[in-house]
Amino acid sequence: MTPGNPFPATVPPRPPRISKWGDRIYLALLLLATAGVVALMVALVAVLVNGSGLAFKAFGFSYIWGYYWNPENGVYGLGPAIQGTLITSAIALLIAVPLGLGAAIFLTQQAPAWLRAPVGQLIELLAAIPSIVYGFWGLIILVPIMAKVVEPRLIKYLGWTGLFNATPIGIDILTASLVLSVMVIPTVTAISRDSIAAVPRSQKEAALAIGATDWEVTRHAILPYARSGIVAGAVLGLGRALGETMAVLFVIGNHTVIVNSLLAQGQTIPSLIANVWFENNTTLERPALVYAALVLLVITLAINLGARLVLTRSQAGRGAAAE
Amino acid sequence: MKFDRAARRKVFSHSMTVLSGLAIVVILVPLVSVVYEVVLLGGPAINVDFFTQPIPSACNPAGGLPCHGGGGVIVPIEGTLQLIGLSSLFSVPVGIGAAIFAVEYGGERRLARVIGMVADVLSGVPSIVAGVFTWAVFVLYFPTIAFSTLDAALALSVLMVPIVTRTCEEALRTVPNSVREAAMALGISKWKMSLRITFVAALPGVITGILLAIARSSGEAAPLLIAGGFGCLHPLSQGVENQTCALPLWIYFGANNPYPNWITLAWGCALLLLLVILGLSLLSRFTLERMSRRMRGG
Repeated sequence: MTPGNPFPATVPPRPPRISKWGDRIYLALLLLATAGVVALMVALVAVLVNGSGLAFKAFGFSYIWGYYWNPENGVYGLGPAIQGTLITSAIALLIAVPLGLGAAIFLTQQAPAWLRAPVGQLIELLAAIPSIVYGFWGLIILVPIMAKVVEPRLIKYLGWTGLFNATPIGIDILTASLVLSVMVIPTVTAISRDSIAAVPRSQKEAALAIGATDWEVTRHAILPYARSGIVAGAVLGLGRALGETMAVLFVIGNHTVIVNSLLAQGQTIPSLIANVWFENNTTLERPALVYAALVLLVITLAINLGARLVLTRSQAGRGAAAE
Repeated sequence: MKFDRAARRKVFSHSMTVLSGLAIVVILVPLVSVVYEVVLLGGPAINVDFFTQPIPSACNPAGGLPCHGGGGVIVPIEGTLQLIGLSSLFSVPVGIGAAIFAVEYGGERRLARVIGMVADVLSGVPSIVAGVFTWAVFVLYFPTIAFSTLDAALALSVLMVPIVTRTCEEALRTVPNSVREAAMALGISKWKMSLRITFVAALPGVITGILLAIARSSGEAAPLLIAGGFGCLHPLSQGVENQTCALPLWIYFGANNPYPNWITLAWGCALLLLLVILGLSLLSRFTLERMSRRMRGG
């Protein structure tokens, strides 16, 4: 039962009919683009699986931990490259995270106001330098310094650890790790700085009010609050280090063997792919390299998804705490 | 006793401040060194020939190959421009379309969240994997033009799509919903609202994203090496179906050869690349700042 219209004389004119076709075509185009993005993800995995088929048939999963990369005998194993990838990324992160975090703390807490913005922006700009420039710089500038200054001393004073048994030629796992850390530091610094800057002032003021020193404020009030952001930044840095090709390619020595020294010439998965790509020793070689790319993809995807999980979980937690 | 403890805490706090300040210095030394060396070694290579001549024949005075001087990197420059153009052509419409869908039509729907996640995941794909991927696609479906500028451009666009999607999505989300409601209340159709009102409002952010994506991809060498082959030694620039050449590719090739004139050109390419990328980054920052000023009501 609708009540009678109280204003029968002023019925508004119907709005002009809008053609639905424009909307339909527009939506169809947008859906096409969206499907393209999703299909890209699916195709990436599918094509790499397909392309590595021959190598998978020949070696199965044991390719991943296979000890030897021996084209002469048609034996391919990713073990050496995985070892090199993990070692270089781990060292790069061990250097980059403390330095980046320290710099972020200084930039947000202690630095005078006039210094914060310029230095922060400088570091962000440096994050845009292409990795190949870092690699070239590493080869020409860093390698001689490592060979003449750093490595002889490492051998002399830390040789007893057994980590530095090799001729110091400067082109090795350690130098590659250093170049990687230089490359990753701007990323880690920028993300740590952002997550520290997002900590509410009240956290800091409350700690100051009960008489905490600057360091205690940072340690007990700010870092715990920003922890998940810092972890996510470190993990994103790790993702960059694991997948980096050019910065490593110049300085790692490209020797696909299991190494027992940080001063040995080694290989990472990306540098292996770039190095061997045009050699074509056997018909199995390209499929083996595609298989390597697939392994690298799976590793980096797992790490990125992990970082994303940490970030969303912390955001959800923070949102709940704020309510 | 109590006083001692307070003093100790203060001293510790101060020393931590000094340490974190030192971290900045330690970080800036290699980073500034990179820029310094590139300018120092690349500067002498930059002249008119650098921008107009093809790669010269290799010279090595020590090995009996006399140097005649001259030569430039017009072929890598043109290759980089071709790659930027093609990869933008592939990635920008797809990225923008997906972002508009996620923001304007996705709502709280699952598909919208899937796009965000896929973009995040794609942004973590190592560049060399993108190269292997498009190489494999071309070998499977277009074997005659595997190792080409086209192939390499496709690899770069795989790296660009997630950047464009994310930044465009974020820019569209900053447009307040009241704007959408006001437009719809006036009886405009949704596609016109989306294209003419929200997209235009978000345009500075979208342009920022595109510039960032170009800055990222124009410095990539690994995917070009894998999917693009190597076509730097041609006297003239090549069509997109031929092997590719680009600034980062010449840095790699020049640096790995013993010929001094090639190495000098490689440093020149590094300097040029650095300037282009820093310029793009600054430009994108400038665009964003202008946008936020306008949003604040300037």
